[in-house]
Amino acid sequence: MMQESTLKYTAVELSELIKAGQVKVTEALDDVFAVIEKREGLLHCYVTLEKEKAYQQAEELQRKIDRGALVSPLAGVPFAVKDNLCTEGTPTTCSSKILENFVPTYSAEAVKRLQEAGAVIIGKTNMDEFAMGSTTETSYFGVTRNPYDTERVPGGSSGGSAAAVAAGECFAALGSDTGGSIRQPACFCGVTGMKPTYGTVSRYGLVAYGSSLDQIGPLAKDVRDCAAILEVIASHDPKDSTSIARKDTDFTKALGRDIKGMRIGIPRDFFELSQNGSGLDPEVAAAVRGAAGVLEERGAVVEEFDLSLVEYAIPTYYTIAAAEASSNLERFDGVKYGYRVPGHEELHQMYKKTRSQGFGSEVKRRIMLGSFVLSSGYYDAYYLKALRVKALIKKAFDQAFARFDCILGPVAPTTAPRLGESLSDPIRMYLGDIYTISVNLAGLPAISIPCGQDHNGLPIGVQLIGDCYCEKKLLAAAYQYEKSVN
Amino acid sequence: MSNTITLETIDYVAILAKLDLTPEEKLQAQKDMSNMLDYIDKLNELDTTGVEPMSHVFQVTNVFREDVVANGDDSAAILGNAPASKQGMFQVPRTVE
Amino acid sequence: MKQYETVIGLEVHVELATKTKIFCGCSTAFGGAPNSHTCPVCTGMPGSLPVLNRQVVEYALAVGLATNCEIHQYCKFDRKNYFYPDNPQNYQISQLYLPICHDGYVEIETPSGNKKIGIHEIHMEEDAGKLIHDEWEDCSLVDYNRSGVPLIEIVSEPDMRSADEVIAYLEKLRLIIQYLGASDCKLQEGSMRADVNLSVREMGTDGLGTRTEMKNLNSFKAIVRAIDGERARQIELLEEGKSVIQETRRWDDNKEYSYAMRSKEDAQDYRYFPDPDLVPVYISDEWIARVKKAQPELRTEKMARYRKEFDIPDYDIDIITGSKHMADLFEATVAICHQPKKVSNWLMVETLRLLKEKGLEPEDISFSPRHLASLIEMTDAKEINSSVAKEVFAVMFENDTDPVRYVEEHGLKSQSNAGELMQILEKIIAQNPQSVADYRSGKKKAIGYLVGQAMKATAGKADPGLVNRMLGELLS
Repeated sequence: MMQESTLKYTAVELSELIKAGQVKVTEALDDVFAVIEKREGLLHCYVTLEKEKAYQQAEELQRKIDRGALVSPLAGVPFAVKDNLCTEGTPTTCSSKILENFVPTYSAEAVKRLQEAGAVIIGKTNMDEFAMGSTTETSYFGVTRNPYDTERVPGGSSGGSAAAVAAGECFAALGSDTGGSIRQPACFCGVTGMKPTYGTVSRYGLVAYGSSLDQIGPLAKDVRDCAAILEVIASHDPKDSTSIARKDTDFTKALGRDIKGMRIGIPRDFFELSQNGSGLDPEVAAAVRGAAGVLEERGAVVEEFDLSLVEYAIPTYYTIAAAEASSNLERFDGVKYGYRVPGHEELHQMYKKTRSQGFGSEVKRRIMLGSFVLSSGYYDAYYLKALRVKALIKKAFDQAFARFDCILGPVAPTTAPRLGESLSDPIRMYLGDIYTISVNLAGLPAISIPCGQDHNGLPIGVQLIGDCYCEKKLLAAAYQYEKSVN
Repeated sequence: MSNTITLETIDYVAILAKLDLTPEEKLQAQKDMSNMLDYIDKLNELDTTGVEPMSHVFQVTNVFREDVVANGDDSAAILGNAPASKQGMFQVPRTVE
Repeated sequence: MKQYETVIGLEVHVELATKTKIFCGCSTAFGGAPNSHTCPVCTGMPGSLPVLNRQVVEYALAVGLATNCEIHQYCKFDRKNYFYPDNPQNYQISQLYLPICHDGYVEIETPSGNKKIGIHEIHMEEDAGKLIHDEWEDCSLVDYNRSGVPLIEIVSEPDMRSADEVIAYLEKLRLIIQYLGASDCKLQEGSMRADVNLSVREMGTDGLGTRTEMKNLNSFKAIVRAIDGERARQIELLEEGKSVIQETRRWDDNKEYSYAMRSKEDAQDYRYFPDPDLVPVYISDEWIARVKKAQPELRTEKMARYRKEFDIPDYDIDIITGSKHMADLFEATVAICHQPKKVSNWLMVETLRLLKEKGLEPEDISFSPRHLASLIEMTDAKEINSSVAKEVFAVMFENDTDPVRYVEEHGLKSQSNAGELMQILEKIIAQNPQSVADYRSGKKKAIGYLVGQAMKATAGKADPGLVNRMLGELLS
């Protein structure tokens, strides 16, 4: 039976129809690849597409579903995966020349869990090189364009994943979030993105940027999809020493929860920042406050408060992330995998030329900064100082969560900027991360959900931040909000 | 600009980071790093006396594996991505002796 | 010329006897094809993560407690960043800020009495891979089989003043670690390696001179030669009014000279920072108590016990307990055959002779207690004579052959049937009237010829003592 496109369904809805025998897995793939055929040339969400493999997987999954052996809420759903998550047999480039030809021999734990749940991985999405950037413009393979306005960036670093979900080039995607890299592109592309508590999703197989900050999470069409995906990928993995054993990962159970009496705090300082011209756009501010109003109507108690230390998060973050990155990226040296400079060079010349030609300028900038702050004589003044401020920031959040169940604020100060607008001034670009970054420093969960559009029709997002292990509160509030406005 | 990063420092850091920068890139790096350090210096506004540096957010300790062999011979796959290999080994420029 | 004093501190790396590597489940076994004991973790593949082997902490803790160290009950791993192809991540996971053990000591014996050598710290870290130089293509090849093998680095205080003290310290460490079962400590195979930090100063002064660090020392002899060579080099510099440069030098034992390992690409700025991929180790009081309680008998206790339990000379006790492996072999063999003197004898004479002849260490002994006991039992039962026993032992030493089977297969059993032997001897007496006459006329030495004939006639299988006795009886 030929029917209208399945793309109007969410991931969970699609899987239900597939399990009910009303839609075939291949039909969903047909719909996705039809959009890809039409839009991918311009949008460029993907670095690698695996159409053939996807159809092979689909047939196998269909058989399992047909005999009732696969009942997961994601069974049969076409997924995209950010290109810094290792996929066995499929290139994993981190959108860098230095990993252009790298084909992992293993899959990231999160990818494995997704596949075991019956998801069909259709390709690897474009990103800022090694997840360093907020626009997906630092990709070696070229920019990804925002489906809402193709002259604008999709955000980053998980820009390919966000744009693919928004455009219908997949039903849902995985991204990674080190300083906002799931939430900010989700916001710019009008989709829902979630960063879980540090340690909830195994980092095994995620090519590290800032190991103490990196977390994998979903980008999806709605809150329910996010909860379902997170439930699948959350695990206690013995291969990741920082993975946490949690018993409360039945996230979908939280969706129906009432939010009457839920205490929501709005940091006054989020709305008063205007240093270095990075002020909060009034349209964004209004939409975010509007979202708070909706939650209030549903019974939440909303209150403004002073979070403090907000402006210190960015310098703290860039010190720690650059330091960890400078060490994490040392392994890219032309010896074991990836790009090596052609010709017969002396060892150290080979290292230097390989890395200089293999890395883009933003990556090199952060490696230089990170190497400097760890170098002899500067370690205490910069690196340890940043770790001390991180402790203060964590404490400020602890105090806030003693009063509130959730913190509500913007995701980004503006809607999606035009292509090429951000890269010219690195610090200005870094300032755009002000609302997302402290969440990573404190290891907290946060969700970004659409809450309106600006006068150009560009999506605006609202962010809900929870205390560690309190994803369920976020999901409950976000779900209530979504239900109210749809 | 309060942080004056010299070109010598840039050269030194480039050796540590194993990067080969062109003269233009060096000048750019000098400017970028000075700007970033000026910005990072904002942290000095905060008194952190007595604050323990926090490397891990969670106080988790003692994550171990048991001493049991779990891996077999995977050398073919491991070498599969090598830019150059010979006799089952990774081939590199001659190390200085 | 002025009198100089040598000041030496050691950095000793010891490979721990775990079955698997420090951060992954790959085998630590020696041998195997290149890269056959590797995985994404120990080859630094993108996205791989380390997980600490619990046994590494157990061993490091045991060594620390046996060397009188304080324990950092909250310890962490740090990354040491430097680029080299044998280091797959281009950082080594080690411990700088909070090493597991610190401030300990061991006691050594010197001509002027016992002396404490301070241990500054002991830390856990991973070993690097192996580089092989390919002369044909003028390149190097990397094998990561050793990459990630667990090491402890024992850093001493600069408390040693001579090569003798250095050797005594190393022997002491080696015995402690072997007795704990934490490593086999073979210098030649590299499971124990020492870097020597050396400086000289004028006798009677207090301050420390500028030191150099010497690497690539893989035998006690090389260590002694390197210390003598470096001491002479530094004194010569000072005498010429030049100064010693603080640097790392590589000892070339063939040329008996050290060379500076300098390169402008080596900034020696390791940018240590806590590894965010690993969580801290917390060692509780209970854990420490458990390791202390489980500590096996160390050498001094073992020597005392041997003196009490076994009637063997002190000299033998000293040699046997000088190697944990030999002591284990001794005890296991005695447990089977209950002949401590004879077991000790085999170890002290034939075993040491063969080890020396083949240039091996006691740790390399490969025959089993079961087989040595069998050999002793056969000799006791006069099934074989002593020269056959030595011949069989040599074979057993080589490849742990079962002596019982070997003797049978090669027809080496003694001629013990008295009736049969009697017939042979009577025949010999009849055939050699001259010797018989000589013997009877008082030339007692003549019996030697007759014994020789008897041995020949029995193809060496007769017990010469028995033959001697029987001949004496027959001729009297």
